[in-house]
Amino acid sequence: MMTSLKIAFLPLTDAAVLAVARERGFAEEEGLAIDLVRTTSWATLRDRLVFGQVQAAHMLAPLAIAVTLGLSQQPAALAAPYKLNVNGNMLVMANDFARALEPDIAARLADPLGTAHDFAAAIGLWKRKPVIGVVHRFSSHAIMLRYWLASAGIDPDRDVLLRVLPPSLTVEAMAAGEIDGFIAGEPWGSAAIDAGLAEAVAIGERIWRRGVEKVLAFRTGWLEENPDPVDRLLRALARAAAWCDDPAHHEALAHLLSGPRYVDQPADLLLRALDGRVVARAGDPPLASPDFMLFSREATAFPWRSQALWIYSQLVRWGMVDHSPAHAAQAAAVFRPDVFRRALADSDVPMPGASMKLEGAVELPLAVGSRRGELTLGPDRFFDGRVFDPERLDDFLAGFPPPR
Amino acid sequence: MRIVIIDDSGLRATVLEEGLREAGYDDIHIVPPRGAFVARLERMAPDVVLMDLGSPSRDTLEEMLTVSRALARPIAMFVDQSDEAMIGAAIDAGVSAYVVDGLRKERVKPVLELAVRRFNAFAKIQTELEEARTALADRKVIDRAKSILMNQRGLSEQEAYALLRSSAMNQGKKIVDVAQALITASDLLGGGL
Repeated sequence: MMTSLKIAFLPLTDAAVLAVARERGFAEEEGLAIDLVRTTSWATLRDRLVFGQVQAAHMLAPLAIAVTLGLSQQPAALAAPYKLNVNGNMLVMANDFARALEPDIAARLADPLGTAHDFAAAIGLWKRKPVIGVVHRFSSHAIMLRYWLASAGIDPDRDVLLRVLPPSLTVEAMAAGEIDGFIAGEPWGSAAIDAGLAEAVAIGERIWRRGVEKVLAFRTGWLEENPDPVDRLLRALARAAAWCDDPAHHEALAHLLSGPRYVDQPADLLLRALDGRVVARAGDPPLASPDFMLFSREATAFPWRSQALWIYSQLVRWGMVDHSPAHAAQAAAVFRPDVFRRALADSDVPMPGASMKLEGAVELPLAVGSRRGELTLGPDRFFDGRVFDPERLDDFLAGFPPPR
Repeated sequence: MRIVIIDDSGLRATVLEEGLREAGYDDIHIVPPRGAFVARLERMAPDVVLMDLGSPSRDTLEEMLTVSRALARPIAMFVDQSDEAMIGAAIDAGVSAYVVDGLRKERVKPVLELAVRRFNAFAKIQTELEEARTALADRKVIDRAKSILMNQRGLSEQEAYALLRSSAMNQGKKIVDVAQALITASDLLGGGL
């Protein structure tokens, strides 16, 4: 007897694990018939989940936290027991704007701090306050962009204009001159570069080497009432994720995602993020960025509570939510390592022993305590060297200037 | 009550506007979600904003509703969060509604119900139109295949059609698919028809 599940997603490369779970039979092997509902805005994806049209969604991690905290329309308790990927963003700016930055793009991308300072200088030279597209106020990309800009003393609410627009409209808006650049999940940055409209200015992976991206979000009530399908789905996703990470499958994966039911963009564009071979300027040879987007290795999918708290710290920093112990607890509880452990207890997925860790403290690959299997954590430094200790949230927050 | 409809499809917006006017609402504006639509909307200071749930510009609109200093009163989705049946019907129909804070739900509910009915009616028209278009396109393909058979094999129109139909039945395919295959093959062979 098959169980049917509806899951909403946005046309992005990092919907890969969901697409593969469905198309390569991993869901079916777990007795699940999954129906993937293509959606074109985060607002609609959120509404479909919150009002019960779908049981789960491919959601921006900060949005899941924001909905739970009542910051994005109808408040609803959401639960994220599984991370669909880490990394995968790129900031691109119009060619004219990028001319004021380091011309050697490999050097530019390798030094986010230097580039942030060059960016600050470039703002003054630009014809207007630069308009930068972000896909949502509560997106990982917007939070990373703010973090990066602020490191060079740029006030993201005053010195630039952040304009919200969905990923699929970014390239069009660049072509129409409505925005001067944007940060979005792949393949949209690559699409703008290929169209000759923009060049790469920063890569998410160089800002936070293991940046939280999309999570699989459920309504908490539904998750609690339906442990069996939830567990089966997580097992299917874990196997699909391992499949996605395997370089031997990247070409097939790019081809699958290029179809009109998924991303509907050329396979060779999609392949760049999967292979970590980024074309940073039209016509340039690709630059190797092997950690551009991760699905499975290093326990990528494990929802560390400390990561939910880091996101929360940034919402507080920018005055999007008032800090209180209750809010912090609510935010941390969105990530559900307990459900991850339950679902994957009998699998071969390496299982971290803890649910929280320092974020930004790993410089080189590090073997860590694991209840099963070998677990090596990849480098997860922030480019500015800050370390987030979830036990000392207040100290961390005190390290940022108060919001205006 | 000022109602703004944000819509790309001229036809759907017109269908909705007509319905609202018939029901006695007369302060209705249609704004396509392009360019600086957000600034236009801000100046209009609407009481109710209706938008296609499938529009990719919803995130842009919501951001404006969150940060706008020009709007005197906050606007949030739907008016009565407890009315789950209504919200369900709206989402199923593809309607999203934003309502200014303080507007009584008895005043808004009829607008929302009307929008749901009109969106559903529009979706039905679209489906019918699509079916009619497909039927027309299919007929053209079949006509072309028939004329190929008539010319190449000297058949009458009826015989050509009967041949297409029996091939389709034998192969378990649709007539239009067999006709298309015939046209492709004929083109490849330089049939020139």
